[in-house]
Amino acid sequence: MALLSFERKYRVRGGTLIGGDLFDFWVGPFYVGFFGVTTLIFSVLGTALIIYGAGLGDTWNPWRISIDPPDVSLGLALAPLRAGGLWQAVTVCALGAFSSWGLREVEIARKLGIGIHVPVAFGFAILAYFTLEVVRPVLMGAWGYAFPYGIFSHLEWVSSTGYRYLNFHYNPAHMIAVSFFFTTTFALALHGSLILSAANPGKGETMKTPEHEDTFFRDIIGYSVGTLGIHRLGLFLALTAVVFSAICIVISGPVWSQGWPEWWNWWRNLPIWA
Amino acid sequence: MASYQNLLTQVQVRGPVEMGVPLPPGNDTRIGVPFFSKLMGILGNAQIGPIYLGGLGVLSLFCGFIAFEIIGLNMAAQVNWSPIQFVRQLPWLALSPPGPEYGLQILPPLAQGGWWLIAGFFLTVSVVLWAVRTYVRAKALGLGTHVAWAFAAAIWLYLVLGFIRPLLMGSWSEAVPFGIFPHLDWVGTFSLRYGNLFYNPFHCLSIAFLYGSTLLFAMHGATILAVSRYGGERELEQITDRGTASERAALFWRWTMGFNGTMESVHRWAWWFAVLTPLTGGIGILITGTVVDDWHAWAVAHHYAFSL
Repeated sequence: MALLSFERKYRVRGGTLIGGDLFDFWVGPFYVGFFGVTTLIFSVLGTALIIYGAGLGDTWNPWRISIDPPDVSLGLALAPLRAGGLWQAVTVCALGAFSSWGLREVEIARKLGIGIHVPVAFGFAILAYFTLEVVRPVLMGAWGYAFPYGIFSHLEWVSSTGYRYLNFHYNPAHMIAVSFFFTTTFALALHGSLILSAANPGKGETMKTPEHEDTFFRDIIGYSVGTLGIHRLGLFLALTAVVFSAICIVISGPVWSQGWPEWWNWWRNLPIWA
Repeated sequence: MASYQNLLTQVQVRGPVEMGVPLPPGNDTRIGVPFFSKLMGILGNAQIGPIYLGGLGVLSLFCGFIAFEIIGLNMAAQVNWSPIQFVRQLPWLALSPPGPEYGLQILPPLAQGGWWLIAGFFLTVSVVLWAVRTYVRAKALGLGTHVAWAFAAAIWLYLVLGFIRPLLMGSWSEAVPFGIFPHLDWVGTFSLRYGNLFYNPFHCLSIAFLYGSTLLFAMHGATILAVSRYGGERELEQITDRGTASERAALFWRWTMGFNGTMESVHRWAWWFAVLTPLTGGIGILITGTVVDDWHAWAVAHHYAFSL
């Protein structure tokens, strides 16, 4: 069950970054490796701390369980376990687990003889998380500015952090980030559609070719980016969305602490027309 | 050690331009003389053009142009036709729907929302014609019609926001204004008025699919680039005749997360994630104010928010 028909010939030794042959094996479909072990340790510990924190809290309702950061008054200090210390430990575990996961992806890519685009892309996501939970709180001087770990509690953090700057939609980096999220989803719909429409052309038709893909897009908009180009474009759009998400939050507070609608006054007051 | 990572095209090869697969009888001809752009060639194909416009394309562009002009001229009128003030105030300018006093009146006075209705009509005709065009062009090439149906999902959200929900609420004033900051203000006000849209489960779903789509495209784009040294970008060939590129791509995810798609199935995941974003989003907007008046109160009643 665990092995695909063609899988055995790919399961070779080597490609590890650390530990040599020590953890160079699989468990079921999963590759382990040194970073598989560290991923496991960090994620089990982090999950256990969250469950412990839920036990200390006042609800077992999964929508409402929340592990909150320390109060702003505690600044950047190490907090007592029950007053945000758990959140700090969970954050360390999360960063350890995410980084381990990314490095494990590097080892798998090396083992398969393929590029490391996936772990590099994942690195952007880790960076955005690191920006939200570490960089911005450190710049603002308190862990209390980070978001809590809970399904609806983190949405409430997003909501209240947005209103702290009156209307977050006016944040220029947020505008760019949202535009890239929408564009990525739009491009994904087009790419998925194009491949499916060529591979599943309907009754009585034979399967189509990349020439048909290019022709369809040239017919529609006068340009086809091509089979390789669409994957570069998709990766670029997705990563740019992540980068601007990180920028839009890290400038809120450290760079601009008033309402975002007021930020645009510079445009209205440019010397060329004001 | 260090190995080549496919990011951009290093050497561009120029052959004759591709005019596209033949069109069936009865179609117009493709127009424009194709040319190469070295800049575009760095990312993807260098060839630009030709294009098939046809009756649907011309009509769609015409209607879109009318809508664009109505919106722009209304905004220009608001700044007394001053080009400088137009540029200066552009982000704040709006073409707004009629006020609540006009209800669902077909054509209120032009300056009181009439223009908004006319612009909305032409924009709707434009996008619907464009969707029909993607359907007809796909059929002409013998392709499936997946693009047109995905487009229909986006049109669903657009119509919910600007037409269906206002109809159910009994007033055009419920609709979204045209304008950069004004449409953002509408979004913010909408959320506040209905008790915070973050508590709307369909809003949750839509955002999850939006972020999921971005995650999927990053994963898929990165995977294909990673196996491009084995010809992985030739996806259609890999679907019918699985090569080592597909095998390595599949094993990468199998070994990473215990599960893998195939060269074809990843595009089904992609299609559904992208399409469900506006589909669930439209449902979330449609039931706001019509079925649910206060999402926070609704969340408290359903045990996922605390009462204030």
